[in-house]
Amino acid sequence: MITKRIIPCLDVKNGRVVKGVNFEGLSDVSSPVELGKYYSDCGADELVFYDITASAEGRALFTDILTEVAQNIFIPLTVGGGINTLEDFDRVLKCGADKVSVNSGAIRNPQLIEEAAKKYGDQCVVLSVDVKRVDGKFMVFAKGGRENTGMEALAWIKRCVDMGAGEVVVNSIDTDGVKQGFDLELLKAVCEIVSVPVIASGGAGCIEDFVTLFQEIPTIDAGLAASIFHFGEVKISDLKDALDKEGIVVRK
Amino acid sequence: MIAIIDYGVGNLFSLQSSLKFIGAEAKVTKDIEEIRKADRIILPGVGAFEDAIAKLRQSGMEKVVLEEAAKGKPLLGICLGMQMLLEKNYEYGEHEGLGLIKGSVKPIAPMIGEGLKVPHIGWNGLIFPKEKEKSKIYKYINEDDCVYFVHSYAGVDCDDFVTARAEYGAELTASVESGNVYGTQFHPEKSGEVGLKILKAFCEL
Repeated sequence: MITKRIIPCLDVKNGRVVKGVNFEGLSDVSSPVELGKYYSDCGADELVFYDITASAEGRALFTDILTEVAQNIFIPLTVGGGINTLEDFDRVLKCGADKVSVNSGAIRNPQLIEEAAKKYGDQCVVLSVDVKRVDGKFMVFAKGGRENTGMEALAWIKRCVDMGAGEVVVNSIDTDGVKQGFDLELLKAVCEIVSVPVIASGGAGCIEDFVTLFQEIPTIDAGLAASIFHFGEVKISDLKDALDKEGIVVRK
Repeated sequence: MIAIIDYGVGNLFSLQSSLKFIGAEAKVTKDIEEIRKADRIILPGVGAFEDAIAKLRQSGMEKVVLEEAAKGKPLLGICLGMQMLLEKNYEYGEHEGLGLIKGSVKPIAPMIGEGLKVPHIGWNGLIFPKEKEKSKIYKYINEDDCVYFVHSYAGVDCDDFVTARAEYGAELTASVESGNVYGTQFHPEKSGEVGLKILKAFCEL
């Protein structure tokens, strides 16, 4: 049976993981390599590294770090942040990324998805989309959730999948950071219109939220979160035990 | 030394890194002499079958791989590399494979039925055939251990040569084997500890 995936997301700036992390037994909690290894050992099914640096130096440092991660961790790696061109795809794939996630880059130039899918295969191209309700409609937001693009989210997601996005990360701005659970209404709506894997993001506050997610929406493939894993509020091994007990198939 | 066949498609970074990680000496190469000298061969691959096999043929490496496999050298095909080991391939037309193992490659969509996504992507458990002894490449792992898959086509009619399957609407071929020739549909280099143990076992053949 195919298993539901649990994916921690790490934001990297100037070669370090940002957002305070607090783990016992880790000598360097902001080292992407150490933290990635820790998560991989705990049973994370995949890792997402998000490059939040803006400078060229920071970007070069990010690829160095990525190379080091990929030399030591042998689970699928997704990389996002600053992906605007095919050269950006090339740059991170050469350093060991398996999938590349596009967000603003695709909003500015939707053809990027089509071109990347043609060159590297659909399985390599992940659409990441930030969604917020405006007057009861799901809208796509850009610039880290600050700017309404005026595009309806479901139509945008459908369009990107038709162009070759092989997976969709749906991040709900409405539930993000609130820790009251995933945005089930939005996620259900997305799962109904696409046939590629959908990854839920934004809102997880406890183990129960993941159980609810997979029980309420059986077609969801994965749950992604950042701070609850980083702060140790939810341990991936405990999470997987809990899912397993509820009859949700996970990799142990 | 392990020769990782480089025919110009796919990303070999992870495969190379994983072999290095377990202490195996491996080289990505298209040098025919080097492939002959190697004590093991890995045929990797992602992408489209027709393009990949054409490149393997044009480069003259198909002949070397076949000759070395006939001499008994351990050969491991991974993902598209595994599919190339079989006799026929039906990805956009009909193509000849290397024919080292019985079977052909067909789209999984009609096999798995409605409601399941294609590609079959993610971690899935290995099911070993009851009637067979466990494959040597699985000597360090157990049934139900999960490995990482990404594929839309799978081997069919491989009969007794199947060494593991994975449940995804149907029991899909996860690995095949005939003598010294091995193939995994999944990516051991992306399958965490379990995958490293499979590669280690291959290196010890």
